[in-house]
Amino acid sequence: MTTIESNPAPGPVKKQLTIKVFGVGGCGGNVVSHIARAGFSGTQLIVLNTDSQALSQCPLPHKFNLGLKLNGGLGAGGDPERGRAAAEEDEARLRELCTGVDMVFICAGLGGGTGTGAGPVLARVAKECGALSLAFVTLPFDCEGPKRMRQARLGLEEFKAAADGVICLPNQKVFKLIDENTSVIETFSTTNELLAQGVRGIWQLVTRPGFINLDFADLCAVVRDRHSESSFASAEAAGPHRAKEVVEKLMANPLLDGGTALGESDALLVSLMGGPALTMAEVNRVMEQINRHADNAHLIMGAAIEDALGDRMTVTLVAARRRSHAADLPKDVEPEPAPDPGIAPSPRGNSDVELLGAAIAGKPVMRAAATKPEAGRGVVGFAAPEPEASPVATLASTRSWRSRKKAKVVHPELQLETVTKGPFEHSEPTLRNGVDLDVPTFVRRGMPMN
Amino acid sequence: MLNLFFPDKATVIVGLEIGTAKVAAVVGEVTESGGVNVIGIGQCPSRGVRKGEVVDADLAAEDVRNAIVEAEKSADVEIASVYLSVTGGHLTSLNTHGVFTAASDDHEISPPDVGEVLANAKVFNRPSENTVLHAIRQHFTLNGQAGIADPVGMLGGKLELDMHVVHGVTTRLQNPVRVVKGLNLEVEELVFSGLASSLALLDNEQKQMGVLVVDFGAGTTEYVVYADGVIKHTGILAVGGDHVTNDLSYGLRMAPARAAMLKKEHGAATIEGAAGQTLTLTNENGFPDRRVNLEHLRRIMVARLEETFELIDEDIGEKGFHDQLRAGVCLCGGGARIRGIDGLASDIFAMPACVGRTSAVGGLRSATDDPELATAVGLVKYGAIRQKAQRPGGIVGKLKHLAGSFGIL
Repeated sequence: MTTIESNPAPGPVKKQLTIKVFGVGGCGGNVVSHIARAGFSGTQLIVLNTDSQALSQCPLPHKFNLGLKLNGGLGAGGDPERGRAAAEEDEARLRELCTGVDMVFICAGLGGGTGTGAGPVLARVAKECGALSLAFVTLPFDCEGPKRMRQARLGLEEFKAAADGVICLPNQKVFKLIDENTSVIETFSTTNELLAQGVRGIWQLVTRPGFINLDFADLCAVVRDRHSESSFASAEAAGPHRAKEVVEKLMANPLLDGGTALGESDALLVSLMGGPALTMAEVNRVMEQINRHADNAHLIMGAAIEDALGDRMTVTLVAARRRSHAADLPKDVEPEPAPDPGIAPSPRGNSDVELLGAAIAGKPVMRAAATKPEAGRGVVGFAAPEPEASPVATLASTRSWRSRKKAKVVHPELQLETVTKGPFEHSEPTLRNGVDLDVPTFVRRGMPMN
Repeated sequence: MLNLFFPDKATVIVGLEIGTAKVAAVVGEVTESGGVNVIGIGQCPSRGVRKGEVVDADLAAEDVRNAIVEAEKSADVEIASVYLSVTGGHLTSLNTHGVFTAASDDHEISPPDVGEVLANAKVFNRPSENTVLHAIRQHFTLNGQAGIADPVGMLGGKLELDMHVVHGVTTRLQNPVRVVKGLNLEVEELVFSGLASSLALLDNEQKQMGVLVVDFGAGTTEYVVYADGVIKHTGILAVGGDHVTNDLSYGLRMAPARAAMLKKEHGAATIEGAAGQTLTLTNENGFPDRRVNLEHLRRIMVARLEETFELIDEDIGEKGFHDQLRAGVCLCGGGARIRGIDGLASDIFAMPACVGRTSAVGGLRSATDDPELATAVGLVKYGAIRQKAQRPGGIVGKLKHLAGSFGIL
């Protein structure tokens, strides 16, 4: 079988919570390898691919070749249909892999054959097996051509329909994080790192206990069956003004569209993590600023103390919106000054993690107090520090003023104007429990249609 | 009234529904045995109505005229007065309670006492701009003994009465009346269209067992709950087939007219069998034009229908009627034509559901078999019952009157 514990779970991980990370296709495999390289422990990493050659190059121990009979191990040839067929051929095996798992992360690069086609099948299977499925996907670079982009978009829709949440990173946005001199390898490793950060962030969110705690059940309530899309971001800062800086960095993140994503979101998971010296005033200051940007959203926050962080403080947030809107489009937000060549790659990883993706909208759940470790498997300490965080980037703060300005202009209500009421435009609205029934039901429920 | 002076015409009763999708006039006659026969129908597509209420009086008048003329031709009678149905999101319903207390317990209840308790029950707190459309007697309670149909002649000191009252905004109720009067037609009575539909569909047994009638129209959806033989609850959602069409038009990005056509041809209340199917639409020249995913079409429809039923289910659940509806759900209106709607309804209400037939009247099959005509046919039934009740008579007549009111209501 392809799964094995790659590492005995470290202390804080609730062993009752079973999590598996799947990498589907070439890109997915790379991401998972990246996660493994960063010393990710406590979960099982599995690589699925249709191409046996790519599979054999993957250093991870647990891999599975999809659709051997169908494609003869030669890959899906960029055709999502073949990717899907391959996954469906081995559906029984996928089901075996997903049985008894609480949470499944699926990493895939959209646009090709295997990730686009087989990924959604895996998401569906995982869901049918009762696992919470979160997909972390990339959209191709613009230069890869419109066909791949089209395939990727279709795949994204399928992912949204199949998985509980989709976090999507348009590769094009990575251009904002790299400069002229960044090599291809570095660029791809940047996107891989971003996805890896996403997986790690959520994983920590649900496994670490905090003094303001959230459990796995809360995450489920917020994510499950939403089929929505959201953004993921985290930032880190140190020093006396860290509370202020960390938010500035967060807002400066291009993947949050300079705070726009916050304004559009209707649910926010915020995880704060700091050293033992973390003060309530700092927590308050951070939350206040985030609240100001996202005053329409339901906020779910968690906070935790991690001794290793010293005087650093990290904030991780997942912003979910009901409709995908512009979030998954690699549209230009604002010209960001290119970071200095030297520092560009390293800060990116730590201070500016952002994934655009999906997941969440929901009820406000706020737990205070650390009464946690509760019995059930559902317990999730919610606090996601940047793991092995390295010195903070100066780059983020240089752009912060722009971003903040932009964020202020955001009016979340704007979305309402885009919904047409057709012939009912001028008639008395039909209101029930504050909901305008003239707006199409599928729009209000956020059902994906293409 | 009119029929008192022209006894010959007393037997012809006309029901007129000015609906969102169509104006329908149904002519019925009362047979010797007291039954009702449909003898003529007139229909016309409606243009001046939105969400069940008149928004363009001129267009509405024109459509009503067309429908009436067609009905006159079809039944070969001259129509002078109609029973008119009304609906709209402004209608509200509630159950009220009236009490009459006599000086002593050995008081014999007389008709004036009943009149007083009726008047008491009609006093309730309603907005000043509203008028009462229906005040429907449910049951009398005499000295704590519940479920009395007619207390006259019984002994008791405390007479109570439960009533179901439907009221609406006066001016908005008057709009369709003015349209009809503008055509030199008399309006005998205004009737809540959900009530009319239920009269057409239900027999006494169903009313006794408890049943939910859902009239899924183009502009509004009315629902009526019967239990123990009386109306327990009524409600209106200003959501209907037009909303389904608009959802499709928005979701599939096409003109409403085309969406309406697709809805009729390919719509269903289930997504079963639609997965992966594609429809190729042709343009006016017959050439393939564009493709539509059938599954999306169905999902959009199902979402809307599901939601509408869920809202109704929630409402009747809040009032605690679920356990009393042993005869299940009865559907009518244009929405009842949607394929698989009964399955969806029985899933959501968790009780048997069927598309109602206007079994309560005889006559033209085309009228009695059409769920869209339930309201208009029900109006005729309502008129027949009322006229029977109004016919003068001695004690026997009065008894019939009472019996009649309970029969319907």
